[in-house]
Amino acid sequence: MASVQYREIEGRSGAYFALLALLGALILAGLGAAWAMEHQGHYITGMSNRIVWGTPHVFAVFLIVAASGALNVASIASVFGRDLYRPLARLSGLLALTLLAGGLAVLVLDLGRPDRLIVAMTHYNFKSIFAWNIFLYTGFFAVVALYLWTLFERRMHGYSKRAGLLAFLWRLVLTTGTGLIFGFLVAREPYHGALLAPLFIVMSFSFGLAIFVLVLMAACRWTGRALGDVVLGRLRTLLGVFVATVLYFVAVHHLTNLYVARQHDVERFFLWEGGIYTALFWLGQILVGGILPLALLFGTASRRATAAAVACVIVGGLAQLYVLIIGGQAYPQLMFPEKEVASPFFDGVVAAYAPSLPEVALGVGGVALALALTAVALKVMPFLPRSLADGDVGSAAA
Amino acid sequence: MNPDRRQFLGWGAAAAAASAALAPGFRLIELAQARSPREAASVLQRWGLLIDITKCADCDACVTACHEENGVTGHGRPETDAQWIRKVNLRDKRTGYAQTLPLMCQHCGHPPCVDVCPTGASFRRDDGIVLVDKHTCIGCRYCVLACPYGARSFVHEAVSGQKADVPRGKGTVESCTLCVHRVDRGETPACVEACNRDGGKAMVFGDLNDASAEIHRRLRSETSSQIRADLALNTGVRYQGL
Amino acid sequence: MMRVAAGIIAALLVLAGFAYAEEKRARRVTVPTVKIEKGEACVAPTAEMRRDHMKMLLHQRDRTLRQGFREPRFSLKNCIECHASRETGSVLGKDGFCSSCHAYAAVSMDCFECHTPQRQARTAARP
Repeated sequence: MASVQYREIEGRSGAYFALLALLGALILAGLGAAWAMEHQGHYITGMSNRIVWGTPHVFAVFLIVAASGALNVASIASVFGRDLYRPLARLSGLLALTLLAGGLAVLVLDLGRPDRLIVAMTHYNFKSIFAWNIFLYTGFFAVVALYLWTLFERRMHGYSKRAGLLAFLWRLVLTTGTGLIFGFLVAREPYHGALLAPLFIVMSFSFGLAIFVLVLMAACRWTGRALGDVVLGRLRTLLGVFVATVLYFVAVHHLTNLYVARQHDVERFFLWEGGIYTALFWLGQILVGGILPLALLFGTASRRATAAAVACVIVGGLAQLYVLIIGGQAYPQLMFPEKEVASPFFDGVVAAYAPSLPEVALGVGGVALALALTAVALKVMPFLPRSLADGDVGSAAA
Repeated sequence: MNPDRRQFLGWGAAAAAASAALAPGFRLIELAQARSPREAASVLQRWGLLIDITKCADCDACVTACHEENGVTGHGRPETDAQWIRKVNLRDKRTGYAQTLPLMCQHCGHPPCVDVCPTGASFRRDDGIVLVDKHTCIGCRYCVLACPYGARSFVHEAVSGQKADVPRGKGTVESCTLCVHRVDRGETPACVEACNRDGGKAMVFGDLNDASAEIHRRLRSETSSQIRADLALNTGVRYQGL
Repeated sequence: MMRVAAGIIAALLVLAGFAYAEEKRARRVTVPTVKIEKGEACVAPTAEMRRDHMKMLLHQRDRTLRQGFREPRFSLKNCIECHASRETGSVLGKDGFCSSCHAYAAVSMDCFECHTPQRQARTAARP
């Protein structure tokens, strides 16, 4: 196989600077929102004592889960030896880093005391999965940076498989940990249980690859680099498989719950009577996030269909996390079985929540940060192959 | 001295040295009165509450007293205002039987909030009181999610005019402290005092480990239950009449 | 080699000169007013308090909060009892005992986000 040539993007066009300006404005809006939240207190947001994790967390968890999944392509290349994906490994590693940076930025800026980040990084309660995650996230940066170094530095090429394996295993532990943040909540009906860990793993495959394909298509199109059908076709099929797997896990989760009498109320809430959450579940998560992408990915092989499918997966993913995180908190905690509960602290009722401007600005700011870092990195270092045309990549059988 | 006496004195000295060599303030005998301020909280004590909700009337003396004692002020925003204790109204879905009870931090023996706190700010003191170390709390609200009783509140706005014994601040999480500042002085929590003074005399506070304490005797001889006993958290707050 | 050494020494001297000029300039900032209006002596010698009060605060707060030691002498309430200003009753504010030095040294302090800076009015026999 001919060796792949990578080159920085030119990044001198008006459109490029316009993109950076737009992303910069969104980042500034996010920072402004974070400042207002920190200065005045969280009462300016839509979050409350019943819904403590809101829209910023939906975006943050989405970015973090996608970050781990974005590394998938690199893992397939380096760990599983598929030559076809090798030219994509650098971009994959880069996206893993930038998406995680964006997600963590949102998470940290939403803290009640973001000035205590040093405390968070020096005081660990190792019984807390959250503490493990802080450790895993920061370590992920180091591990992926190391892996990227083995890809960039010619003398380190021989170590890329080992570094890739380390990164791959690290991200599996990291995503399991992210899922278990919710899975370890013993007292919350929508959450507790081990299934959330593998669900998050397959979600990461799906969301991460979707963002990867989106960025790849955009980068190649906007810099005039060839992106052949062989590479894209492989990625499409892979994404379709991942989307189907997510649907499978969601189906198993709900079918099991429906079998358990104690969980009937929860299921009725999510599947039927939950208002916005039910709508987002069926229309957002299942239809737009599952069925539509499958139809588009396994149907016509046009670029437009691929781009639409990818966008659907992303929107569906956000809907899924909204239902999970916010819907899961909106559902009341069951302390008194068989009793109707009422109190001044909103016990026993579905909690009200509406996304507020500061929250959305912060979440979108995190996305913009990830994309801006990616755009700048592509200009500064050779992450993108010069060509991914069919003739320039390895054979599809590899 | 003959050898027997020498031996006896030796044992006596050894025993005295052993009891003195344990950590300062760590007593082997039961604590009959409030410990002195120079002593640490002891694992020999387990503070708890027993609440007989059949005596719990329509009043909310406990809520008013708690918020007054701890400087918990409202801002007219019930969704984000902190509540350290609240009255919960129950109605049986089938029979319509109605009850009311005060609900606060249950000071669990195996607190989920302590397990999940990333910095260890949420912790359980040796004598059973579950507290938030506001110095290390980063305001992530994970403990608020983890609490089975919804006992924790996040401070959504700047606080001023705090009570000297009860520091509270924006951006940290807080909950019922079992009036630890009063307990450490040998007094009872404000809610218990108010209930006994103005309410239905439904609440008893005491050391669950002290066989002579009223709470211990009543728990031993009468039926009682924990909320969410299925979680096996070994709560320090027990209820009767649920 | 000699030229390099001479250059480094010259650079260091220039920097020292700037530092000296800084010191002169610093006197334009209001120096802290340390008014101690109550009590014969602090719980530790002045030099030690100046140098180590933060360490003592950090250490004592964990002893009080986590272990339940509540020696009255070392409580923050007791510090404020003596050091609060006679007029405002607070350790913060324009000539506040804590804020005066901290503003001068530009060291932010977190304590009074949560702790009240006010001296408490004397009520019946509270330790």
